[in-house]
Amino acid sequence: MIAQTMIATIAPAFSQALPQTADYVRILPEIVLSIFGMIVMVLEPLLDEEQSQKVLGLIALVGTLAGLGATWFMAQPQYQGLAFWNMVQVDAFSVFFHVLVIAIGAVVILSSYEYMAVQRIRAGEYYALILFGVVGMALMSSAIELVLIFIALEISSISSYVLAGFRRHEAASAESSLKYFLLGSFATAFFLYGVALMFGATGSTNIAQISRTLLAGPIPLLAYVAVAFMFVGLGFKVAAAPFHVWTPDVYEGAPAPIVGFMSTAPKAAAFAVLLRVVFVIDVPGMLWLIWVSAALSMTLGNLGALVQNNVKRLLAYSSIAHAGYLLVAFAASPSLGASAAMFYTAAYAAMNLGAFAVVSHLANAGERYVTLEDYEGLGRSSPLLAAALTIFLLSLIGIPMTGGFFAKFYVFSAAVKANLIWLTIIGVLNSGVGAYYYLRIIVMMYMRESRREVPVTPVPFALGVALASCMAATIYLGIFPSHVLQYAQDSAQQLVLDPSRQPSSSALISSVSTIQ
Amino acid sequence: MSTDSLSSIILTLVTFMPLAGGLLLMLLPRRDRDIRIFALVISLLTFVLCLHLPVYFQRGQTDFQYQVDRQWVSTPNIHYHMGVDGISLWLVVLTTFLTPLCVLISWKSIHERVKEFFILLLILETALIGVFTSLDLFLFYFFWEATLIPMALLIGIFGHERKVYAAVKFFMYTMIGSVFMLAAILWLYANTGSFDFVVIRDKIASGAVPGFAAAAQWLFLGFFLAFAVKVPLFPFHTWLPDAHVEAPTAGSVLLAGVLLKMGTYGLLRFNLGLFPEQARHNAWWVMTLALIGIIYGALVAMVQPNMKKLIAYSSVSHLGFVVLGIFSFTQAGLNGAMFVMLAHGISTGALFMLAGILHERRHTYEISEFGGLASPMPVYAASYLVIVLASAGLPLLNGFIGEFLVLSGAFQARAVYGILGATGIIWSAVYLLWMYQRVFYGKVTHPVNNSLSDLSRFEKMAIWPCAAAAVVMGVAPIVWLGAIDPAVHAVIATFPQTVSRVVGQ
Repeated sequence: MIAQTMIATIAPAFSQALPQTADYVRILPEIVLSIFGMIVMVLEPLLDEEQSQKVLGLIALVGTLAGLGATWFMAQPQYQGLAFWNMVQVDAFSVFFHVLVIAIGAVVILSSYEYMAVQRIRAGEYYALILFGVVGMALMSSAIELVLIFIALEISSISSYVLAGFRRHEAASAESSLKYFLLGSFATAFFLYGVALMFGATGSTNIAQISRTLLAGPIPLLAYVAVAFMFVGLGFKVAAAPFHVWTPDVYEGAPAPIVGFMSTAPKAAAFAVLLRVVFVIDVPGMLWLIWVSAALSMTLGNLGALVQNNVKRLLAYSSIAHAGYLLVAFAASPSLGASAAMFYTAAYAAMNLGAFAVVSHLANAGERYVTLEDYEGLGRSSPLLAAALTIFLLSLIGIPMTGGFFAKFYVFSAAVKANLIWLTIIGVLNSGVGAYYYLRIIVMMYMRESRREVPVTPVPFALGVALASCMAATIYLGIFPSHVLQYAQDSAQQLVLDPSRQPSSSALISSVSTIQ
Repeated sequence: MSTDSLSSIILTLVTFMPLAGGLLLMLLPRRDRDIRIFALVISLLTFVLCLHLPVYFQRGQTDFQYQVDRQWVSTPNIHYHMGVDGISLWLVVLTTFLTPLCVLISWKSIHERVKEFFILLLILETALIGVFTSLDLFLFYFFWEATLIPMALLIGIFGHERKVYAAVKFFMYTMIGSVFMLAAILWLYANTGSFDFVVIRDKIASGAVPGFAAAAQWLFLGFFLAFAVKVPLFPFHTWLPDAHVEAPTAGSVLLAGVLLKMGTYGLLRFNLGLFPEQARHNAWWVMTLALIGIIYGALVAMVQPNMKKLIAYSSVSHLGFVVLGIFSFTQAGLNGAMFVMLAHGISTGALFMLAGILHERRHTYEISEFGGLASPMPVYAASYLVIVLASAGLPLLNGFIGEFLVLSGAFQARAVYGILGATGIIWSAVYLLWMYQRVFYGKVTHPVNNSLSDLSRFEKMAIWPCAAAAVVMGVAPIVWLGAIDPAVHAVIATFPQTVSRVVGQ
């Protein structure tokens, strides 16, 4: 401490070059998760295969719980602020997304236990990659520097590319991984190009700095192009139309728990970045880009899902549609739209993860049972599992008493407040149409008798915990939405009225204040 | 004293009692007899509790009574606001009256997945009561959507041959209709900052809602579409025959008895209550649709070979009367509309039970399969006759009062509506009596029918209360109208003002 203050007094220039304790606390969750990921990697060759399944999974699970603890520690008021030379910002917004993606990681690890054993997949890298992926996603939500955002995006993407191909013996999985990798790198290249153009237009890669430059003077044409390119890159990650074509194929081939992961966590992180970009870098014209993309995603997603016969593909199209509903919130006014979008990501994560946990349990060895016909008569053969899936599906439809209902409600209410009447009408019509394909699954489970023998194994403990927590979250958000929404609103308020946007408070002051 | 404290929680108790019962039922072991008895006890208890409402109801008052108003969600500003007036009061009573009868009529006919059936039935009851009692638009939408799932499952799991088709059709029609209402509700919230029905009504009436003039017609249509699908009005009615024919008896009873009334209740409460001016502007085509519904429904009912389909189309016709009465904007017309709702709930509910009883014995609804049933089943035939006559509108039975009032209201509004509407009564006598004659009179045409057993104990317990109610309502309508009249008066009291304002401009 003394040495630090000495350096600070002697050479102010150096004081910025040396990270402080607070800086490390502000990325503590990422550090903790990385360490646990490395422990898993190191232990993997030391354990035999039988042991590794259980032990490594447990370590990974402990890692996510420790990550949640670290997030709680990071959320203390004294650690709010900027770190690492204005590259990372801890505020209520980033804490929200940290908790969300780490919790998603924990649930995915829980629901993978049984799956790994049934599919005969070596566990080590799998759990490590989930942890590393979560690191990238968590960092995406707190990074306020476009280059760091890109790096975080790459960390999360590369883990997901590998995870998508984990069913090594299946050609479909390899195809899924390759497709995701090729198209994904293409999309991230777009994002990077956008960052470069933005640097050219404004002379900075810091979001707050860019926002100030754009507010101050006439907006250069280059900035529009840059924002459009960045939107393409992020649009791919969230599977928004017209960048959605990869989704069904990739989801179909990837391991089911990983699809649950891919369809929630990276999406949440990409939406977090998008929220920062949309509401902090305020470029006129962005609204129409999002408007069109939202309308297209909802319509194409829902229409595509109507004709699917494979449950994973069906849920893939549904996730495109849900990305569309979420984008509706983005088109709405900042403070309302941001909180509605945050609530939506949380509710969507709970219900979609739950649905995929059920799907991955029923899929059985080699994922043989993933068509709609395999769900016939499930209501009779396994009433609890069917009831759980029904609740998740009803939430996806948006039926009262579930999180999905309030999520849609907030999104559309934000859109109406922003006077986006047509987008709202397209949205509500779509949610009406969307009800049909979710209902098909419910119909299969309860109203049809099973025609072929589908073995249903009892639900193991870990999966039970995962399902119970998803269900609890879905119902909690459906009955007591206030707490989460209030938190989202407060953090959205911070995001929109970000002090760093005001020209008066320079980033330097806040970094100096952290030293004291 | 104790009634005061009870008054403040009575609506919550009545609404959530069935739900609590349903949740308890989940924990009970699968012993079918116990489950049936438990469901009956819960639904009867709800009915007894519900009788508190009319007994302590202040008849002269037009305001909402037994109100509860607590904040539920802080942002957006959603309240748990419940209350009843003369309009919703009887619909709540009707719901709680019909549910125990549904339990009784399903006593023997449901023998698979008994537990699930009664759980769904009780959950449905809570959602239905909630629709009528909620005064917060959000809460209303909440319950409105919540009725969909149990009803669709009741049709889809316990129905007949084409049950899945019917369940999905029912679900999709209603769902797509109601999303427009959601959009309208969101607009109202965005521009008034409240979901409270009373607050919004007062704000609109005092002209304090920005942009209302431009949006009013769309808002009216948004609500109208949701309710028109539910009623169902003429071009949106095609889900109804399918849903009824495929539904199990108890499902049909609640569908015709209560679910359809959600639509007409919504028209009366929201379309008239919130948008009186637009209601008047749009009345001509709404009344035309209602008249088409009355006549078309009756004509189609006449040629149905299937008894249940016949009753279903008769519902289209009867609900046409309700809409005709509502959009006549006369005291008599609205009183009549309310009374037809209640009378139709009782008599059509009973008709569906009676049809279900036949189906249980012969597994068919085809009218041609029967004939001369009066000799093997005399008690059944007598009960059927009372209900048929009530439904056809015989004086001194409940159907007459409502239709008479509606028609006199329609005459006051415009004579031609009254004349055309009056033909509906003739048609209804034709299709109902003709059906009765074919089924019950003459010689037994099919030998199997000779050995049909008459009403069982449970069936009598289900049918006779309906027959008794039909008679009482026909003889002493004032018991019901006494509470309805002031509430209806309050609704149309807004109309002269709006007219004078339009004229004054």
